[in-house]
Amino acid sequence: MLQIFSVKNTVDFLRHALPISVMSLILVIASFVSLGVQGINWGLDFTGGTVVEMEFSAPVDLNALRATMTTDEAEGAVVQNFGSSRDILVRLPVRNELKSDVQVAAVLTAAQSIDSGVIQKRVEFVGPQVGKELAEQGGLAVIVALICILIYVSFRFEWRLAAGSVAALAHDVIVTLGVFSVLQLEFDLTVLAGLLTVVGYSLNDTIVVYDRIRENFLKMRKATPVEIVNTSITQTMSRTVITTGTTLITVIALFLKGGTMIHGFATALLLGIFVGTYSSIYVASYLAIKLGINREHMLPVEIEKEGADQPSMMP
Amino acid sequence: MLNKYPMWKNIMVMLVIAIGSFYAIPNLFGEDHAVQIVATRGAEVTASTQTSVVDLLKAQGIAVKRAELENGQLLVRVQNPEQQLVAKEAIAELLGQKYTVALNLAPATPEWLEAVGGSPMKLGLDLRGGVHFLMEVDMGEAVRKMEEAKIADFRSQLREEKIRYAGIRKTPNGIAIKFRDAETVDQAETYLKTRSNDMTYTDASSGDEFMLLATMSDAYLKQIKEEALQQNITTIRNRVNELGVAEPVVQRQGAERIIVELPGVQDTARAKEILGATASIEFRMVDDKADVSAAASGRVPPGDEVYQRREGGIAVLKKEVMLTGDHITGAQPTFDQYSRPQVAINLDSKGGSIFSNVTKDNIGKPMATLFIEYKDSGTRNPDGTVKMTRIEEVISVATIQARLGRNFVITGLEHTEAQSLALLLRAGALIAPVTIVEERTIGPSLGAENIQNGVQAMVWGMVVVLIFMMIYYRAFGFIANLALMANLIMVVGVMSMIPGAVLTLPGIAGMVLTVGMAVDGNVLIFERIREELLAGRSVQQAIHEGYGNAFSTIADANITTFMTALILFAVGTGAVKGFAVTLMIGIATSMFTAIVGTRSIVNAVWGGKRVKSLSI
Repeated sequence: MLQIFSVKNTVDFLRHALPISVMSLILVIASFVSLGVQGINWGLDFTGGTVVEMEFSAPVDLNALRATMTTDEAEGAVVQNFGSSRDILVRLPVRNELKSDVQVAAVLTAAQSIDSGVIQKRVEFVGPQVGKELAEQGGLAVIVALICILIYVSFRFEWRLAAGSVAALAHDVIVTLGVFSVLQLEFDLTVLAGLLTVVGYSLNDTIVVYDRIRENFLKMRKATPVEIVNTSITQTMSRTVITTGTTLITVIALFLKGGTMIHGFATALLLGIFVGTYSSIYVASYLAIKLGINREHMLPVEIEKEGADQPSMMP
Repeated sequence: MLNKYPMWKNIMVMLVIAIGSFYAIPNLFGEDHAVQIVATRGAEVTASTQTSVVDLLKAQGIAVKRAELENGQLLVRVQNPEQQLVAKEAIAELLGQKYTVALNLAPATPEWLEAVGGSPMKLGLDLRGGVHFLMEVDMGEAVRKMEEAKIADFRSQLREEKIRYAGIRKTPNGIAIKFRDAETVDQAETYLKTRSNDMTYTDASSGDEFMLLATMSDAYLKQIKEEALQQNITTIRNRVNELGVAEPVVQRQGAERIIVELPGVQDTARAKEILGATASIEFRMVDDKADVSAAASGRVPPGDEVYQRREGGIAVLKKEVMLTGDHITGAQPTFDQYSRPQVAINLDSKGGSIFSNVTKDNIGKPMATLFIEYKDSGTRNPDGTVKMTRIEEVISVATIQARLGRNFVITGLEHTEAQSLALLLRAGALIAPVTIVEERTIGPSLGAENIQNGVQAMVWGMVVVLIFMMIYYRAFGFIANLALMANLIMVVGVMSMIPGAVLTLPGIAGMVLTVGMAVDGNVLIFERIREELLAGRSVQQAIHEGYGNAFSTIADANITTFMTALILFAVGTGAVKGFAVTLMIGIATSMFTAIVGTRSIVNAVWGGKRVKSLSI
């Protein structure tokens, strides 16, 4: 039988837990710093404004194109390539005194002066108010998702594990946002969708490990929590590698072949899958141990007699 | 016996997969070129329309694939795009102005499939091209209009009851009604409470000023806003129909926004003009006793208002509105005997009786037609919404010659104005102005490109995953691959079955992602089986334990992912919602195929037999 990861010898994963946790902490702090200093490069969906996508009949020189957009109506236009050298994306800010149609017309006129065969492929206008609401809703969605997960995992497992998983998920979201901030990648609605998918995906990994931890606490009566976590991670490692691998393959296919409109989505997932996989091992499980998880916490409630450290069991 | 499914379970698995696949079939047939015929007001598409259209096309030598009459619209399918164009022109000429004839692409699902509810997935705008608008209803204006109507109500109600009031006006706190003494305030309050109980009344008298303050209750305000939104949706839907767009979407979003999607439309300027225009008319009596020059200098008689006249000068009109545009059922642009443009109006029966009473009582007196329009001023408010300007003009003043009924004409317009006023009146007036807060136009070539990209990504991801699973898990990998393909077909099937589900570009991404993540269930199970085998269990026991132990893990993992998808669905709009839908369907179907589906095959092949080793 073909095997990627042998389950025979337990690997001491947690030996590296401290340095890796410190590194994660540094990453989180760095992300916060970057988010504070340069912020996020919000896309049209959130800032409002106008975007025009055009296809030229031949490759165009961006500087020459920029030089044509000198009229007042086209002021503030940001010109960039989008996919190929023939595809151009122009972003226009919201202007109080100017209608979006007028701005678009000015940009098209400028583009036609360079290439009469230019095709307008896509025009999007979003009012600033809509964008603001969207950003609020998006942030709220992530928080609500985390709270729902906290409740579900507490209910199905135990609060220490729930705290560990939510900390790991928050870590994934923050670090992914941090990378978007550091590289100043555009953050649009599809990226938000990607981020929430990362939350779901990364939780998958965590749950699989937790399930094993719960099982092993009941099976391996004499083992220490650290040993049990190590065994559980080792036992699920093959599955983690394979599932992460197949998911990565499909996400890479999306990234390379899916076209420019879902590039942001694929980027967020690509980053999130990396971060999410190691965080489910080193952040989620390690934090649960640090919070003092032990065998009693894992016993089915009915058998629990003493309940000294379980205030909820007190009359 | 270990690892044997009862027959009913196997049949259920086969049935579920068969149904899923069956409803996925319509997606294989592509689309027919078609012509869509919708009746506008006053006309109807009937079986005889269908016969005459089909006969006409036969005479022209155009083969009709199928002609269907459904929901008051006729869809005629032809062979190719050239015939489609010819057919459209011929039909438009035959039927005339009372019908809208538009080009359409209709799913080429065979009739027998359609009969059992089979239809292909609906494609989102990002995949087929078109324009998307998000419109916001100006609720402040809706409330203001309602307050005006209330003021008019109060006037006539108090007058009817012979309660003398000194004046009624709108204040920032509500509607203030002044009286001469405290007694009348009480009298009015008791009376008005029985007549309009959607308002709350407070005695706001102070010193020697006797005043009753009427404010709208929260429930009433909410109702006004709800009605304004609903009415605007209806009106916009009518206008979209007038535009002759195939398969448009008009939908509410939240408390004050409306989504409009027009597939295939590229001329956004025209679409915007018609959708957003808020023109209406009011008929009011001219106060012929008023001194026009005094009114021009600001001394307006009480109960009157001054308006600009289109041809210059002013007109002094009574505040009371005799008839609003709400009662108009039909409007056609025509010409009078001097070739001057005019609009012929038809009223509904209620409007007709009001109008006939009013004109009977006022023969010989002048009546004005007031044209009201909201226009985008080109500037924005600080909060980013577009500032609207209200334009009111008297377009005609005519002396009532005789009692008028339900049909009459309005003059005093220019040719293009007559046409667009007729269109707007026909489609109903917007109760409150709308502004476009979001607009997305996707070219048709980009839509096709997006589909191609998505499908390519899916094929690449799928092929690599299938090959890997086959090599790594051998026979079990093959079974997992069968489940994966069944899963994909079922996602398509379920997407096609759900009427509201729309496939978008992120939706395709969700399907691609499902391919990657759906193997997780099988990987968990297979790894468990391997572990059990390594631990020295028998083959039958290993399979049993493997499936059993992995189940709770798979359930927990999928439920949490499903929760995030649900949240995404709740907060997301448009394309993101599409992604959430495919993700949720994918999770449900992949759990079924990965756990129950593969188990059924595994049991059939290995279950209950003496097996020495497994190909896993």
